[in-house]
Amino acid sequence: MRRLLLHDVTLRDGMHALAHQITLEQMVEVARRIDAAGIDLIEVSHGDGLGGGSLNYGFARHDEREYLEAVAAVLTRTRLGVLLLPGIGTVDDLQMAYDAGARNVRVATHSTEADISRQHIEAARGLGMDTVGFLMMAHLTPTARLVQEARKMQSYGAHCVYVVDSAGAMDMADTRERVTALKDALDCQVGFHNHDNLGLGVANTLVAVEAGADRVDASLAGLGAGAGNCKLEVLVAALDRGRERLGVEIGAALYPLIDAADQVVRPMMQRPVQIDGRALVLGWAGVYSSFLIHAERAAERFGVDARDILVELGRRRMVGGQEDMIVDVALELAERARTAGSPR
Amino acid sequence: MSPRTPVAILGSGHIGTDLAAKLARSTTLELRAMAGIDPESPGLQRAAQAGVFTTAEGLAGLRAWAGWDAIAVVFDATSAGAHLAHAPLLHADGKRVVDLTPAAVGPFVVPVAHETNSIFDNDQVTNINMVTCGGQATIPIVWAISRLTNVYYAEIVAAISSRSAGPGTRANIDEFTRTTAHGLEVVGGARRGKAIIVLNPAEPPIVMRDTVHLLVEPCDPAALQDAVAAVVERVGAYVPGYRLAAPVVHQPIHGARVPGLGEGGAAEVVDGWHVTVLLEVEGAGDWLPKHAGNLDIMTAAAQRAGELFAAALQPGGAA
Repeated sequence: MRRLLLHDVTLRDGMHALAHQITLEQMVEVARRIDAAGIDLIEVSHGDGLGGGSLNYGFARHDEREYLEAVAAVLTRTRLGVLLLPGIGTVDDLQMAYDAGARNVRVATHSTEADISRQHIEAARGLGMDTVGFLMMAHLTPTARLVQEARKMQSYGAHCVYVVDSAGAMDMADTRERVTALKDALDCQVGFHNHDNLGLGVANTLVAVEAGADRVDASLAGLGAGAGNCKLEVLVAALDRGRERLGVEIGAALYPLIDAADQVVRPMMQRPVQIDGRALVLGWAGVYSSFLIHAERAAERFGVDARDILVELGRRRMVGGQEDMIVDVALELAERARTAGSPR
Repeated sequence: MSPRTPVAILGSGHIGTDLAAKLARSTTLELRAMAGIDPESPGLQRAAQAGVFTTAEGLAGLRAWAGWDAIAVVFDATSAGAHLAHAPLLHADGKRVVDLTPAAVGPFVVPVAHETNSIFDNDQVTNINMVTCGGQATIPIVWAISRLTNVYYAEIVAAISSRSAGPGTRANIDEFTRTTAHGLEVVGGARRGKAIIVLNPAEPPIVMRDTVHLLVEPCDPAALQDAVAAVVERVGAYVPGYRLAAPVVHQPIHGARVPGLGEGGAAEVVDGWHVTVLLEVEGAGDWLPKHAGNLDIMTAAAQRAGELFAAALQPGGAA
């Protein structure tokens, strides 16, 4: 039996689903429940990582330091982590997070751009943090290239490198191939993070575990961008049923997670986190999941179909962080409809 | 017509080589020398073929050259570390310096923001810094709008093709975000600046995109459109591939909680307009490919800054 680490992302990826407006009280309550259930790690950051508060991605309700300190104060065994996207957040933000109690960081880049993470991975190691490389939009990158990028992150000092299906666009074969390749190529740990846009959130995470993943991400009730993440309580139930076959042990208790999902997280939701038509199109078009709410707003503002915006973003091969192009695409679609003279 | 001002380039990498190609067309600057550290570099070989003095001994090679005294303006396209060593020597030799590195020894310059209120006439300013590529593309917009209304906050998103992001940028991406944010404040006139950079690996490569998001005090929308259109045209005069990708849009925003805007770096809640300006920067394709608009705007702005320095050095001052 090997020990599988579970990383809760309810309070980070879930920020996308609530437009970064989670209250301190909600954060603390979710963190208490995650801690009590015995989850290994919990991530607290703006949805787009430290320093993500912006007009482009949305300002958060509170300062990052306030969120981190509030959560750090109630954790007894779960380790506190943060997300950092080089190009958005800086080493200064990382230092702030460390000072507030974070001891884990995921340094996230697009899956072909690992070399921009060196500065931040090295800084995190210098602080003595559990340091993870996070290769986003992995579905766009051929496996051989993904391995090269993962090796770079390992060489900078990452303790673990993640395959990140940011668009929820990978199927089981895609998942197995990428996780297996990283496990074969790396000496450090391998992780997996995904979204449920094609209905494969839990299934692909189980495939990643079968392929040897050492850490996997999930969130309560799936609270996360797009159709949400792999559902933590469902994953824990499935892992428990399959523990003999999978050969993994987890330290988590099921009922406290079910209760937290039902009693705490579902009542927080403003827009249902589910595979509705627009969330589905994210996975189908292979688009960054956090574009969803921004595309819905732009659709309303400029009178176009959110699905058309998402498909066009996929066609242009936009990557994570390019939320500004949503308005660009919406304006172009509105102009196209106007000149065609046919209201949609 | 006055004779062209003699200039030199330090650095024979992509930036220096592209700048050399642009200077070959200048009617006011004459490239007389180029220094690198690799005699085999294509940049030095091209310069030598064009009849320019070349040395692979760096700044020392230029200072030992008989023509050095005549050089009025030096463009430094090496690295931040190298520029820190070059700057005192260039100052001692009485040169005006346009620094394209992130060293930022001298004040930030974005040419359009200084043409009417010139720091080029100031004898105390002999070394100027070109901020960043994203800064050159976006600060003009913030500067133009801040002359029209209060800019509480300016944020930019620069998206560049992975192919045009060199190893220096990649190794220290925090330097880009910090320097650009600072430039949005000190040159652009925003109370608070923030910069975001995204690398996109799509093939064929994407053209550089820059988006400026501003939080401003409401103003006359027609004047806003006009101010942006006017400044885009003025930047376009020295960066031909610089253009608005879409009309300027704005919407009211209430209770925006902006990090770092308040006292002591605290967040402050602001009401106003959220203005979005979508820009595209296509390169001229001189030495660097057209998708490398980010590098092109640096060399084009540096050339313009050099021309302004040269004009100020002419008898009678700035043109």
